[in-house]
Amino acid sequence: MLVKKRALAVGAGLIISAVALSGCSGAGTSSKNVTLTLATVNNPQMKDMEELKGTFEKDNPGIKVNFVQMEEGDLRAAVTADVASGAGQYDVVTVGAYEVPQWGAQGWLKDLTPSLKDDKAYDVDDILPPVRTALSVDGKQYAVPFYGESSILMYNKEMFAAAGLTMPNEPTWQEVAGFAKKLNTAETAGICLRGKPGWGDLFAPLTTVVQTFGGTWYDENWDAQVDSPEFTEAVNFYVDLLKDAGEKDPVSNSFTECLNQLSAGKVAMWYDASVAASILEDPTSSKVAGKMGYVHAPVNKTEESGWLWSWNLAVPATSKNADAATTFVKWATSKKYQRLVGETLGWTRVPPGARTSTYSIPEYKEAAAAFAPITLEVMNAVNPKQPGLNPQPWVGIQYVTIPEFQDVGNQVAQLVADAIAGRSSVEDALAKGQKIAQAAGDKQK
Amino acid sequence: MTTLTPPPTMPTAATPAATGGRPATRPRNAPQRKKARQARALVLPALIFSVVMTQIPFLTTIYFSTLQWNQLRPDEIAFNWFKNYAVVFTGPDFLPSLMSTVIITGSSVVLSLLLGLFFAILLDRKFVGQGLARTLMITPFLVMPAAAALIWKWSMLDVNVGMVNWALNTVGLPSVAWNTDLPIVTIIMLLTWQYTPFMMLILLAGLQSQSREVLEAASVDGAGPWRTFQWMTLPHLRQYIEIATLLGSIMLLQAFDPIAIMTKGTGGTKTLSYLLYERAFIGLDVGQAAAFGVVTVVVTIAVATFALRTLFKVFINGGER
Repeated sequence: MLVKKRALAVGAGLIISAVALSGCSGAGTSSKNVTLTLATVNNPQMKDMEELKGTFEKDNPGIKVNFVQMEEGDLRAAVTADVASGAGQYDVVTVGAYEVPQWGAQGWLKDLTPSLKDDKAYDVDDILPPVRTALSVDGKQYAVPFYGESSILMYNKEMFAAAGLTMPNEPTWQEVAGFAKKLNTAETAGICLRGKPGWGDLFAPLTTVVQTFGGTWYDENWDAQVDSPEFTEAVNFYVDLLKDAGEKDPVSNSFTECLNQLSAGKVAMWYDASVAASILEDPTSSKVAGKMGYVHAPVNKTEESGWLWSWNLAVPATSKNADAATTFVKWATSKKYQRLVGETLGWTRVPPGARTSTYSIPEYKEAAAAFAPITLEVMNAVNPKQPGLNPQPWVGIQYVTIPEFQDVGNQVAQLVADAIAGRSSVEDALAKGQKIAQAAGDKQK
Repeated sequence: MTTLTPPPTMPTAATPAATGGRPATRPRNAPQRKKARQARALVLPALIFSVVMTQIPFLTTIYFSTLQWNQLRPDEIAFNWFKNYAVVFTGPDFLPSLMSTVIITGSSVVLSLLLGLFFAILLDRKFVGQGLARTLMITPFLVMPAAAALIWKWSMLDVNVGMVNWALNTVGLPSVAWNTDLPIVTIIMLLTWQYTPFMMLILLAGLQSQSREVLEAASVDGAGPWRTFQWMTLPHLRQYIEIATLLGSIMLLQAFDPIAIMTKGTGGTKTLSYLLYERAFIGLDVGQAAAFGVVTVVVTIAVATFALRTLFKVFINGGER
């Protein structure tokens, strides 16, 4: 008992002195030495960045970088609280493409346009144009992409050959549905599509289907279009395709679940994020490495239908070390950083989908030969300003950049999941969804 | 978050079974009074601690529930009276969610109680490997809820490689898409699996506290095993069943992990606790989530004080205790 108490006292003492010390170092920032606090989501590419931060610290004496890794939800709460209270705890944050324009317009993020333009070596024009568009509001760029992705159709070439089918490079949804029905057997599903409720799960692919069928979430006046004939036709198509030739138990399935079934050779086709290709081509985890083909996202009425997502680095407006933070952001998204990752960690780990020049690095081209060209092609072809047939009042493809959207998308996804399970009709689900979406739309007027 | 504070009724509702004796009679002389004061002083820190830990968050939650506060619009926080409560009671979410909560909690409690009683009776006998069997039986309750939900999702109920579907196929039945077609059954099944050991432990303690002599006397008097169970064991177990039901209901009302991991609130599995999470962390609407939280606590108090007490009267002969 006594021992415990003493340990406790010692521990408390240590904490107090640590706090005092960090206070000192905090006070010292005004002179020369700066410690940047970087709040980031905990995914593998970000962990690679932390591993390599030593190189940055060596090249920039006086700047230290401290990584704080969090879950996406926690990160959002931490950053919004920090920005709202003006505390300035974080100097660099990772922000998803959905939130960059919202936070930028709110004035929470530093406008990076001048410091990126002035730096010739950084070559800001090398950043993939659609990604840059998605991260800008009124010509001001609020974040730089660390890595990005689109959506593509992946298919098992062996199954297609065995059935005597050929996949065109730019298939239509009708063709894909036809293939799926032919390839659907008791053992293998024709196609895997996300059915798990969630704005980022089911509605990521489904929104692109809606758009290529001519539908949209909102028209230019922020009137919801969820019960429009085009939206309904698209959701009916998706639900029917799942019923006729989709994977079993679709409501359980999102990215990871479909990836597992594809890797095990249980599914013939999959429409999902382009980053999946790099995992499917890894022979240690995938049975189908080398047997997969990759083509454009299927379309109906539009030319192109891929989505657009990126994880980005931004500097909160409240940061007290904005200049050093910008230096770090530029370093981590530079051409030099990409070479550094390739040379030290391996070429397949280079963050994709951010810079055009990535796709001309010979080593990367060789390591990612199966999917790099199609990724670049699709990412350059998508139009985040108007992905569907009609103009929309926001920039973004598989999401609507309003704070209410994740709630709206989530609730409508739950209703659609009921329709997938056959507990309600698509029309009933979307009629309820229309009300939910309209309530959020009214707040934008 | 503060809205997830456990309902403050727990100690009160548990009182009848938890405390055996009556409160001490009023002290008459000085030394006794001094002793009572000392006793009170000793209890005070714990009392203050529990008030601080449960009541202050609850009051804060009530305060939040009167605010218009979306986390992504921090500059638009404002007092809006009872607008959030209006949303709770006039919106389409509350009643279906209350129904799901009642169905899921009710069926899981009843099923796990019945199964728990069955296993407790089996484990009450002496046999070789009794200790091992008991430990194995308790395991599901010791697994973290999130881990249990993941195990069920991937290893048990997966439509391609899950063990449950494999078992169904071996006896000639078709595979079942559990999450898509039977979400409520999936959740009840998992919760029953997880809470059966809890019920079993309480009932086993009850069985083992039963006097052997009474049972022997019953058998001498010619009572068969069923009659003994019905007239001797069940009445003896009544209090244990009550406390197991009460604690089980309180814990199951908060069930969250399997819903978040498996069904995501579809097909009638959006219980109050999941709805609350959605309002707070997906809707990011702190005010509305707090209002749902307050209403949930009130409903829980009502259920715990009135419904359960009425339910227990059914067990009690002539209503005496």
